[in-house]
Amino acid sequence: MKLNLDLTVDILTNFIKDETEKIGLKNVVLGLSGGIDSALSAALAAKALGGNRVYAYCMPYKLSSDESLKDAMKVAETFRLNFDVIEITPMVDPYFDMIPDIDKLRMGNVMARQRMICLFDMSAKVAGLVLGTSNKTELLLGYGTWYGDLASALNPIGDLYKTQVWELSEYLGIPQSVVDKAPTADLWVGQTDEQELGFTYRQADDLLYAMVDERRRIPELIGMGFEEELVKKVAEKVRRNQFKRNMTVIAKVSQRTIGRDFRYCRDWGY
Amino acid sequence: MKVHLAQMKPILGNLEKNAENHFKIIEQAVEEGCDLVVFPELSLTGYYLLDLVYDVAMDETHPVYQRFLEYSNEIAIVFGFVYESREKLFYNAASFVHRGKTVHLHKKVYLPDYTLFEEGRYFAAGNSIEAFDTEFGKCGILVCEDVFHLSSLYILSQSGVQNIIIPSNSPARGNLEQGHDASNTWQTSNRYIAGVLTVNLVFVNRVGVEDGVSFWGGSEAYDAKGRRLAAADMFKEEGITVEVDHDSVRRARIETPFLRDEKSFIVRNFLNEEGCGK
Repeated sequence: MKLNLDLTVDILTNFIKDETEKIGLKNVVLGLSGGIDSALSAALAAKALGGNRVYAYCMPYKLSSDESLKDAMKVAETFRLNFDVIEITPMVDPYFDMIPDIDKLRMGNVMARQRMICLFDMSAKVAGLVLGTSNKTELLLGYGTWYGDLASALNPIGDLYKTQVWELSEYLGIPQSVVDKAPTADLWVGQTDEQELGFTYRQADDLLYAMVDERRRIPELIGMGFEEELVKKVAEKVRRNQFKRNMTVIAKVSQRTIGRDFRYCRDWGY
Repeated sequence: MKVHLAQMKPILGNLEKNAENHFKIIEQAVEEGCDLVVFPELSLTGYYLLDLVYDVAMDETHPVYQRFLEYSNEIAIVFGFVYESREKLFYNAASFVHRGKTVHLHKKVYLPDYTLFEEGRYFAAGNSIEAFDTEFGKCGILVCEDVFHLSSLYILSQSGVQNIIIPSNSPARGNLEQGHDASNTWQTSNRYIAGVLTVNLVFVNRVGVEDGVSFWGGSEAYDAKGRRLAAADMFKEEGITVEVDHDSVRRARIETPFLRDEKSFIVRNFLNEEGCGK
């Protein structure tokens, strides 16, 4: 799973530059949470386009930790990004006030979608594409909000496992405090991804790499020494979250249906 | 002969703009005194065409094709395009044009239709691998995947080719620590083919990104001893010009006369008697 780091950086920076400029745009926009995934997307974008063409926004809620904001600022300084803070509390709190029994999961989703609204609005303001910050582990496990943090125009890190995100981040000089801290969606105090998932990213990545990249089947994975319970749990998560990785399901009526037999690339004509 | 390896990136589905870019490169190659300019696979159209295949398809009567024929009075050209046959079949094709004529039109035989490829869904497959005579000796064109079938190489070798031209659209992938899988495979294969078939080899791969898939470039040329003559950078839109020596084939076939010693009757016997599932 170890990467050829130089080559990976070449591919990903070239991807950001090519896919942005070919449609006639210069800038990219992204949410900077203070976590490592958005830091890596930002670092790659800065390397591809120059920090002055990257617009990064930290969008805290009142319960987000101060550390997160500090780390986001550190990343923005390191890579000389355009940086702004957009507090989402006054946007989402009125909605939460209307629904007294709203639970943590729903609140998290609302916040993620509010951040998406802000990013896409900024994208119109600065004429930039929204850069995704979901890694391959999250995408496979469905650990993200549909039309929330999963929404983007370009995702440079969606084919990198979390383990590879760590490796590449160190290589690109992302501030150590960002690399070292426990991954968190920062939805409530003390939350960590690994606690919520019930396994560590490194465990998940070794398994997912064997399952997805090497196409090994479940008995084979168990034979390799992966715990049966973990294998089944992860395989089921991957299956159950396929909908988040697809475009909407369209009912076929005509001879030629969008997505089914009306097939074009996003890069059509570019 | 002086060959320009036109490592470029097409605009997906824009025949006219791509043609203009070709003509610019051709004019530069003529100015440099090149004898041959080689473009990548589907250089006039881009790779992930999907339903655009039917919009960009053309035959020899198309005005763009006619302009290639005009330019070919000054220089030999190999370019990639979607060929629409009289039967209304659509092929992934590459033409060798020179002195105002199509010297050879190769229709890709092996259409990859697995993992990130879906050529078999859109294209008809060619059904022959043929060598052809040129002013630079006998040549053969293999488009990308064609190369990975030993029979293609064997047929060209037994047909007496001295030069193998490979237009390609190879995507970067399997980028792990031990190296980049696609480039490792191609470089090993190119070197092996040149040295073992004792032929000059020109490999031209595109660059650019289409819907997240990066094409890695790294176009290169080998002499008939399997020595690399030149290579373009990976991922950069930058052609290179290389001097390919006709006599390298003669020298190689004296020093390593694999072609002379080939016993093709063994293959014939195998296919007639033992092979083909018997």
